Amino acid sequence: MTSAPPRSAPARTLNDVVFVEGVRTPFGRAGDKGQYAQTRGDDLMVKVIRELLRRNPSLPPERVDDVAVAAVAQTGDQAPTIGRTAAILAGLPESVPGFALDRMCAGAMTAVTTMASSIAVGAYDVAIAGGVEHMGHHPMTASGADPNPRFMTDNLVSADALNMGVTAENLHDKYPTLTKQRADTYATASQEKYAKALADGNITPDLVPVATRSAEQGWGLATTDEPPRPGSTVDGMANLKTPFRPHGRVTAGNASPLTDGATGCLLASAEAAEELGLPVRMRMVTFAFAGVAPETMGEGPVPATEKALAKAGLTIDDIGLIEINEAFAVQVLTFTEHFGMADDDPRVNQYGGAIAVGHPLASSGVRLMTQLARQFEQHPQVRYGLTTMCVGLGMGGAVIWENPHYDGSSDPDGAAGPAAGAGTATDSGTDSGAEEGTK
Amino acid sequence: MSTDTTTVPTESAGDAPELVIPGEVVTNAITRLIDVPGVAGQVALITLDNGMDHNRPNTLGPAGLRSLDAALDQAFAAKPAAIAVTGKPYVFAAGADLSGIGALNGKDAARAIGQLGHKVFRRLHDSDIPTFAFINGVAFGGGIEIGLHCHYRTLAANAGPMALPECFLGILPGWGGTQLLPRLIGPENAVTVIVENPLNNNRTLRTKDAAALGVVDQVFDGADFLEQSLRWLADVVSGSVTVPRKEFSSDDYAAAVARGRFLAQQRTHGATTAPARALDLIEAAGGEFADDLTAGFAAEDEALADLITSEPFRAGLYTFNLTQKRARKPVGAPDKSLAQPVTKVGVVGAGLMASQLATLFVRRLKVPVVLTEIDQQRLDAGVARVHGEISTLAEKGRISPAEANRLTALVTGSLDYSAFADADLVIEAVYEQLEVKQQVFAELEKHVAPEAILATNTSSLSVTAMAKGLQHPERVVGLHFFNPVAVMPLLEIIRAEQTSDAAVATGVALAKQLRKSPIICADATGFVVNRLLLRFMGEILAAIDEGTDPQVADIALDPLGLPMTPIMLLQLVGPAVALHVQETLNASWPDRFPVSENLRRTVDSGLKQLVSWDADGTQKVSDEVRELWQGGDQPSTAEQVRERALAALATEARLMLDEGVVSDAADIDLGMITGAGWPAWLGGITPYLDREGISEKVTGKRFAPAGVATLPA
Repeated sequence: MTSAPPRSAPARTLNDVVFVEGVRTPFGRAGDKGQYAQTRGDDLMVKVIRELLRRNPSLPPERVDDVAVAAVAQTGDQAPTIGRTAAILAGLPESVPGFALDRMCAGAMTAVTTMASSIAVGAYDVAIAGGVEHMGHHPMTASGADPNPRFMTDNLVSADALNMGVTAENLHDKYPTLTKQRADTYATASQEKYAKALADGNITPDLVPVATRSAEQGWGLATTDEPPRPGSTVDGMANLKTPFRPHGRVTAGNASPLTDGATGCLLASAEAAEELGLPVRMRMVTFAFAGVAPETMGEGPVPATEKALAKAGLTIDDIGLIEINEAFAVQVLTFTEHFGMADDDPRVNQYGGAIAVGHPLASSGVRLMTQLARQFEQHPQVRYGLTTMCVGLGMGGAVIWENPHYDGSSDPDGAAGPAAGAGTATDSGTDSGAEEGTK
Repeated sequence: MSTDTTTVPTESAGDAPELVIPGEVVTNAITRLIDVPGVAGQVALITLDNGMDHNRPNTLGPAGLRSLDAALDQAFAAKPAAIAVTGKPYVFAAGADLSGIGALNGKDAARAIGQLGHKVFRRLHDSDIPTFAFINGVAFGGGIEIGLHCHYRTLAANAGPMALPECFLGILPGWGGTQLLPRLIGPENAVTVIVENPLNNNRTLRTKDAAALGVVDQVFDGADFLEQSLRWLADVVSGSVTVPRKEFSSDDYAAAVARGRFLAQQRTHGATTAPARALDLIEAAGGEFADDLTAGFAAEDEALADLITSEPFRAGLYTFNLTQKRARKPVGAPDKSLAQPVTKVGVVGAGLMASQLATLFVRRLKVPVVLTEIDQQRLDAGVARVHGEISTLAEKGRISPAEANRLTALVTGSLDYSAFADADLVIEAVYEQLEVKQQVFAELEKHVAPEAILATNTSSLSVTAMAKGLQHPERVVGLHFFNPVAVMPLLEIIRAEQTSDAAVATGVALAKQLRKSPIICADATGFVVNRLLLRFMGEILAAIDEGTDPQVADIALDPLGLPMTPIMLLQLVGPAVALHVQETLNASWPDRFPVSENLRRTVDSGLKQLVSWDADGTQKVSDEVRELWQGGDQPSTAEQVRERALAALATEARLMLDEGVVSDAADIDLGMITGAGWPAWLGGITPYLDREGISEKVTGKRFAPAGVATLPA
């Protein structure tokens, strides 16, 4: 003990959070024939982390303050504490910590918002956030969960709330105007948009090739997504099985396929990005998570987006580009219907969505962001964008982003909403209006 | 995966179809056409995979070579932008299937395996399409040669050590190694890799050495080795990366080969011809065959055919199997479930040997080790010596500072035997006198638990006698370590008359933990290695005592290529220790183990430096020794000395088997290899005695039938 006068920490300031770079593995079809059937889940994450570092050589690896990696299945090749193990396996210095987290499908999104919060509050300068799900190695049915019987006895959650396909059928019940025909039409468009984005060179640049092990075929190299089914038609989908209910509406055609994959992104404070010469692809405005009935979990993006817009002082009309996860077509339609948007609103999922590319549960959130970042660059007339997704057990997540390429021009191709926005952030890193709640 | 599905066309390379190795574990080569970003067209990626896990590395035999040939057919047919070869997880290829090659019948088959390898591998070399080896893991011998035929090579940073160990085994890198490696990395480095390292205790190359020498072009991290190798391939194929190659002059070749010849002569004295043949081929790679790879490969085929059918290679194979297999499963070991756990060790004595033992025990077992001595001063010195060893290990970076703290805290001293009350094993390393050791054990028994193992590190005294009179004599076992303890792999485990299976099993389990290679032997004076070494040295000294010039006697065994001359060995062991052991052996077998008067004189004089070196580095018996030693009037020639020494070895080895000291000559050889460093080309010693006809001449029979450790009849 000394008698020196007590010192006080400097007054708190808030930092702007920027999205530097996002990459992902090519997605694989889950199962014995998928390209990752004999490749480990944690190895997928390792390739992503290494690619992030390789693409940003000006970032000294020891400057990464934390590695947050989401996985729904935190067992087997996605355990233990995958954020830390993947960081070690990727060769990050041992001084860089890491952790694992889980919010089902919004795992990577939550990794991003959690790391962003740490950066905003000034605790971190640079962080890696991502997610991995090897659904081939971790089928959703074999999670080893032991749900509390009170969910049933106390009527807290109905038994079918844990079956995602059933929750999608429930949405069709709740909103009878969202027909199977509309869902199939939406799904077909998703496949078409993905195919076009691929042809236009909008998919491959965000991928890190992954060496794939196969005892039977020898080593291969995964460079493309396996799940898409180009050439899908509404007619072709009409007679697919409805596995969740006899004569139901949810099919393999209008739902996302079981998928293996990993994603990751580099986040930084605006100040650190400038110091380290890191590119700024998006600026985070705000985010929100919200709960809904677990039986209709697909509705989650609606209250989450409303909440985030309210916090940001924006309306849906301020949002020029939307990346919404397509767990099920009906769940996207619930969202667009709510906000009065057309089923084929050009702002939504310009590169197609999870129905085409796949949905490796906890990793999907960052894919949305990576794609939004690329669309921002292509649409300097757009000022704000949204990434949102539904979450099992009745939740939704939404993150609003600002386009650093925004040039105040008008919208040449109709893909973007109005540029005006209320209560937006200023350029100052410590003074952003949208984040001023703590002051 | 099954390995018997490989039926492949052979027309491309073509070979003798009768060339088969029964029971070959076939390394299949699987071609897959893949898209690689930045490459126009596809890449044919060939995976070598024998379908087993990493504990059974890929090896190459005729069927595996044909599989690679077929994979190359498929690759070339696809007209890819590049062809790359890689391995299964953790393993590229560990080289030729050694036991299979040992089973080849006759020179024609031996030549054919060389030719087949050349024909298949050469397709990678002669290819108009760029070829790459992605060395992802274990790579030895023929595995590296696949890489040498390719135009470019990458290596995984976690691939582990690599080597061309052929010359150690008595053959040479004859699938292109002697011709391609000097062209690639220069003759100087090639001599290091092909000749010097194998003769230097089979030294291996670490990843960074391989890169520095130029054996590989690029090293990539293991985390995404294949991805980055393919990315690099794309850059090479597109021309955005070029890999410079050096040219080497005939002067380079001459200097390198001269250096190689000198060191090969030093190490082997011509006892194995493999290094010389390899050097001839390296020399020709820069001369006669400089512009004619075909001739160079044909010369390799001939050399390989000669060497595969030579005695040193048979002995080398036998050595390989002894050290890789028999050493891991000692013959005569009781059921390992009988082994008692060792959680605390006592060491009686704190002298040099005791300190080495304490260091080994604490480092490998990481359990408390208590030393004791007869007075505080010696005890403190002994404990300080062990602590000093631990500090040295930490200073060299062999252990972390925290590990050093842990080990240091585990090593303590006590003058009181009660400190051994909870020890599971107490080993004595006190003065080599039976009565002293008996007293130590009798005193120990008052303090230790009834089942605690009492071990002796005696090098020649009777373990049975030592245990006599104890309440629990069954717990006494001999654990004879070799000096320097940290370096020599051998541990002789001595089962005395009364020794229990539990005590022997504990010794065997301990050997594994201590990373020693055990042989189990009966309690006969000198056990295995010292008995043979002393018998052999005794003959040399006797010849000198009789009047042979010491220098003549000392180099008489040079043609065997032993690691050191007898008088150098005498100096290393120390004349006093040698005399003591000789006296002990003399007490048991006075007719075969006479005590040398000159040795006694040396000890009396206090002379310790017995050899010296000329200005040109030639070792000589020192002038002091020549002055001190006296000889009779019956000098022998070097040949006579050699004959009698070898006859003595044959006699003694046969007696040891007859007495049941060990049950099999293989254990004698394993002991000589791991305890005395006797060379692979002798197979220890009995294969040499057999193949030279000495065992039959002296004892009337061989140690092993022809074909076991020698050429088939």
